[in-house]
Amino acid sequence: MPKITYISHDGKKNIVEVPLGLTVMEGAIQNNIQGIDADCGGSMACATCHVYVPENWFHKLEKMQDAEQDMLDMAYEPNKNSRLSCQITVSDQLDGLEITMPIKQT
Amino acid sequence: MVKTDAIIIGAGPTGLFAVHQLGIIGLKCEVIDNLNRAGGQCIELYPDKPIYDIPGIPECTGEELTNGLLKQIEPFKNNFHLNQRVEEVKQEKNSWVVKTNKGNLFSAPNIIIAGGVGSFEPRKLSLKEAEKFEGNQIFYSVTNKDLFKNKKISIFGGGDSALDWALELSKLNEITLIHRRNDFRGATHTLSKIKEKEQEGKIIIKTPYSLKSINGDKTMTGIEIENEDGKLEKIKSDYILSFFGLVMKLGPIADWGLNISNKTIPVDTKSFQTNKEGIFAVGDICTYPGKLKLILSGFHESALAARACFKRAKPNETYKFEFTTASKSIHGRLGIIK
Repeated sequence: MPKITYISHDGKKNIVEVPLGLTVMEGAIQNNIQGIDADCGGSMACATCHVYVPENWFHKLEKMQDAEQDMLDMAYEPNKNSRLSCQITVSDQLDGLEITMPIKQT
Repeated sequence: MVKTDAIIIGAGPTGLFAVHQLGIIGLKCEVIDNLNRAGGQCIELYPDKPIYDIPGIPECTGEELTNGLLKQIEPFKNNFHLNQRVEEVKQEKNSWVVKTNKGNLFSAPNIIIAGGVGSFEPRKLSLKEAEKFEGNQIFYSVTNKDLFKNKKISIFGGGDSALDWALELSKLNEITLIHRRNDFRGATHTLSKIKEKEQEGKIIIKTPYSLKSINGDKTMTGIEIENEDGKLEKIKSDYILSFFGLVMKLGPIADWGLNISNKTIPVDTKSFQTNKEGIFAVGDICTYPGKLKLILSGFHESALAARACFKRAKPNETYKFEFTTASKSIHGRLGIIK
């Protein structure tokens, strides 16, 4: 199972195995990882599962839909490495992915 | 003080269907919601997005579902109390007394909390200094346009609210519109009007920029914005308008003495009652083993909670289960003349 590293805003690392096909957001929720709220439950409607993906992983992710960019406009302190974790589906290619969570989501 | 059989907190699909389920068993209710219209997440987050899993309705949008539910509850003529949030819930003998932030009071033996993920509130600017000027020089909505006459205004956001207000206020003064990326998300005709105003010099567009700091001690004098390469720019501003959509906050619900786990309220699935007698929770805000956050689950939960309200609302009567197809009393309540 791919391992995903969730890094809190103050640097604490949480490495969990996330089953193929789940999203990075679901991996966090199911493992009680603080820092991802996911208020809308993954319907790309709230921007509270916002994460930062480092450069070396960012380009390996599937391209963003326009709707995700639009939602990221609403996120807390987005930057060019921002993604919504509900739109990142875990695959073997993403084994070892590290994401950083913002200081808060709202 | 308004007295009724049940107070429903939240006018999303689950809350609206609770009105129906109370209505057909002959119970009255009052509905309170923090938004300015009924529909909850359906109307606020995805009015145009199709929903495919409402039983018997292969496809409908959030707005269509809301309109359908509102039509379905028309016969019961319940009151909506919008634009207000429930602040306090207190017990008085066998009743619950509810107070909103507008000071309105309601009393009922039952409360049905259908509050989704909490109440919708504007997403605030992330800078700490923003709190200091909120309500005086920093606003998240516009209530009085006159305030902005002949002033320097910085508007943040890339969606319809930001664009519409930039256009509207550019009639009065110079506007700086600041957005974190070059693309705006708005109706095509709005975007072309913005372009026109930019050429006329009425709107200055700053992209891709974000707010870096707010200057001024007692009075805000200006702001500093930063782009992705770290380039800074100072802008004189008398007012900031910020439009970053809405967030959902559990808010005062946390203070009513209810058990809460992970921002949800555990319930007993027989009646959807919480740990407080006469307070029920349905829809996204309730939790129990196997809970699915689906609208259809919320409908089922409302049906059971409504029946459970009967005993406390009419202690001297016995609830009798009836079908809408056959019951004359239900037909009467629905206003169907046969």
